[in-house]
Amino acid sequence: MADAVLEVEDLKAGYGPAEVLFGVTLALRRGEVAALMGRNGAGKSTTLKAIMGLLPPRGGRVRFAGRDLTGLAPFRIARLGLGYVPEERRIFTDLTVYENLEVGRRAARQGQGAWTPDRLFEIFPNLAEMRGRRAAAMSGGEQQMLTIARTLMGNPEAVLLDEPSEGLAPVIVEQMAEAVLRMKQEGIAVLLSEQNLDFAAAVADRAYVIERGSIRYQGAMEALEADEQVREAWLTV
Amino acid sequence: MDPGFLLVQSLSGLASASSLFVIASGLTLVFGVTRIVNFAHGSFYMLGAYIAVTVVPWLLELDRSPWLFFAGVLLSALAVGLLGVAMELLLLRRIYKVPELFQLLATFGVVLMVQDAVLWIWGPVDITGPRAPGLRHGVEILDQRFPAYELFLIFVGPAVLGLLWLLMHRTRFGILIRAATRDREMVGALGVNQALLFTATLFLGAFLAGLGGALQIPRVSASAQMDLSIITEVFVVTVIGGMGSVTGAFLAALLIGQLQAFGVLIFPKITLVLVFVLMAAVLVVKPWGLLGRPEPAAGRAALPEGILHPRRFGVVEGTIAMLAVATAFVLPLFADAYTLKVATEVLVLALAAFSLNFLVGNGGIVSFGHAAYFGLGAYAAGLLVTRLGVPMEPALVAAPLAGAFFAALFGFFVVRLSGIYLAMLTLAFAQIAYAVCFQWVEVTGGDNGVVGVWPSPWAASRQVYFYVVAVCAVAGIAAMRHVIYAPFGATLRAARDSEVRADAIGVDVRTHRWLGFTLAGAAAGLAGGLYAFSKGSMDPTLLGIPTSVDFLAMILLGGIQTVMGPVIGAAAFHSIKDVFMPLTDYWRFFLGASIIALVLIFPRGLGGAYGKLRGSRPVQHA
Ligand SMILES: Nc1ncnc2c1ncn2[C@@H]1O[C@H](COP(=O)(O)OP(=O)(O)OP(=O)(O)O)[C@@H](O)[C@H]1O
Ligand SMILES: [Mg+2]
Repeated sequence: MADAVLEVEDLKAGYGPAEVLFGVTLALRRGEVAALMGRNGAGKSTTLKAIMGLLPPRGGRVRFAGRDLTGLAPFRIARLGLGYVPEERRIFTDLTVYENLEVGRRAARQGQGAWTPDRLFEIFPNLAEMRGRRAAAMSGGEQQMLTIARTLMGNPEAVLLDEPSEGLAPVIVEQMAEAVLRMKQEGIAVLLSEQNLDFAAAVADRAYVIERGSIRYQGAMEALEADEQVREAWLTV
Repeated sequence: MDPGFLLVQSLSGLASASSLFVIASGLTLVFGVTRIVNFAHGSFYMLGAYIAVTVVPWLLELDRSPWLFFAGVLLSALAVGLLGVAMELLLLRRIYKVPELFQLLATFGVVLMVQDAVLWIWGPVDITGPRAPGLRHGVEILDQRFPAYELFLIFVGPAVLGLLWLLMHRTRFGILIRAATRDREMVGALGVNQALLFTATLFLGAFLAGLGGALQIPRVSASAQMDLSIITEVFVVTVIGGMGSVTGAFLAALLIGQLQAFGVLIFPKITLVLVFVLMAAVLVVKPWGLLGRPEPAAGRAALPEGILHPRRFGVVEGTIAMLAVATAFVLPLFADAYTLKVATEVLVLALAAFSLNFLVGNGGIVSFGHAAYFGLGAYAAGLLVTRLGVPMEPALVAAPLAGAFFAALFGFFVVRLSGIYLAMLTLAFAQIAYAVCFQWVEVTGGDNGVVGVWPSPWAASRQVYFYVVAVCAVAGIAAMRHVIYAPFGATLRAARDSEVRADAIGVDVRTHRWLGFTLAGAAAGLAGGLYAFSKGSMDPTLLGIPTSVDFLAMILLGGIQTVMGPVIGAAAFHSIKDVFMPLTDYWRFFLGASIIALVLIFPRGLGGAYGKLRGSRPVQHA
């Protein structure tokens, strides 16, 4: 894809003896939101971890902003401008909200304004009121917002977002959708893994469907919504 | 009692608490970030003292000012900090992902190397440091004189605590350290170079240890025994406080300082014991220490290290084993006295090492104090013979009973824990036993130990005594081997691999582990008894940390995932040590280097390498 910021080609990965990804190919365009859909255990999280270098890829290539990421340590990948929001949130529970944001802070990219805690508190107003609170004493939804805000502090060009709507109350899911759209407005490309079709439909431009470690479908989000057969085959449980 | 005296006693408790905290804070910080318990932290402390007794007098030559004294102290601490950086770059960086047993051993290798390096640079004589200009006088407190320097030390602890608090909460570096203490992988995914963070943490940790050592020079002279004596105290402080918690270390240091200051008035003989009893008590009530939290699992090697599916002997191994036993039994017919002596020791050590791997390899119970049961067996047998005139035969029955008794007593607490806390507690119990043997001079002979532990007349010749040892060792090993293959052994393995799962299928994991610990203690006690008669004497070093580490090195060399590896490991280790020790004054250096090399390039040991050759893949999980 000509205007792709992230290109994944034939990516293979696994855990110990278990092979999980059998050649995943996908691309993320500059400034778009793409959804990686699939059932439990399909390989969504594994794909994102392998892109981020958290799981050593066993084959294939990942290019980001014109750079080959293969073999780079996660911190180098993050520094190139690829943000990662893990599915288990993994906030630093001993640290305050403010300190969590500080861990994520990196210099802004050339010619861009930097994210500051104050700008983030505009998007996530709940966080503003608890900036001095220990993260352990936050609700699940608040923690989810904090992980996203923490990643944005790194001023990424693209973000891998692992199941942002998982286990959240409907109100919070709505706020989460707004946050993703806001990121898009700011020109950040987002690749999100998702099982919730409504959520994906609300935010994503395009969709990929993954099943047992391979991409089975790709197309516009509307097309996926309309295509009952594909949904039956790969998405409904 | 005189209130002035009590106050002064309490103040001196505060002064030692302060020093202890400065050192312990470094260890706990390093553990928090790297998850490595650094044995060499005591070596950093010792180096701090040695560098300071060299640098400070040299600076005081220029001008006897307090400022130069403290500049020298800081310089020494900085130099030690740089050594910490070197250790991180050269060693720790390579072992962050290996199981903790290997990490502990590798850092202990550094302890051995530093001991000899210190000996080589500064010689064997203790070096007395200069006193601090301006703080040499005593201060009158309620009619008691109290050294001004001690008074100054009282303030150092809280000052360091305050500075560390500022560093941890007000600087980016500190915030990153605290974040990494919880989840270092995530810190990396956010763009932080962990390698740099770890190196910086090691600098800080070693700096604090060096500072602790350098500040001691007006109070104690620099000596080559400082490292191991401080490291056990510091372990105790960090374990009581909660590994990774700086504030916890501060509280624990205060507790221990007071306990020692007043304990010495009430039980002058057993101050060391009091400290360890406190630690055991805290761990039973709060298994993660006062302010510690359960260890996050991330980053550690996930695969169980140890015996997975023990195979019975094939034809080849069976033949080799028979040949080995047969060789052992005809050996006295032609071997010279020296060979026979070494062979006797090898058999004794093989029994001890096998019993340790019964715990480590088969049960996942990484004991860092197995020498305690070995030594207590030796003392039980030796004291019966020398003090009560009991003959050898009943004494050799008493040895395993003593080992089993103390293993049951200590094991009752030990098996409640796991991982690094378990290792620390076994170490602490071993140090209690060591302390008792060391301090209870009337009974145990203290440092000198007891001589005159000779076998009964019929077994007095080297040849006959060799047979006694051979029969006991082979029988002991065969019995434990039998247990490994029995359902009891399988249950221990299941408990090692998943305590939760084993609990769920209705196995009482704790009782199994406790019985296993007791059995291993009995075997080690028997080995200790046999050892005492072969030497004719015993002394506290039998129970010391170095002996425990020797046993661990043996099973590591043999391969902890093999059943018979420890026997090979004991033979190889002891023969190598016996050949090299007389050749050089610096054998500790080479021993340390070999242990490190073993961990780095040969983590499966000799037995494991053989298993690989045979094509059985030890890490394969069904
Ligand atoms: N740490 C791990 N070790 C071993 N296998 C794993 C591990 N993590 C995931 N797997 C396996 O890899 C496969 C893909 O898992 P992955 O987490 O990528 O799925 P997912 O699509 O993100 O599912 P979910 O919607 O449940 O998050 C699954 O079969 C899972 O069991
Ligand atoms: Mg997932």
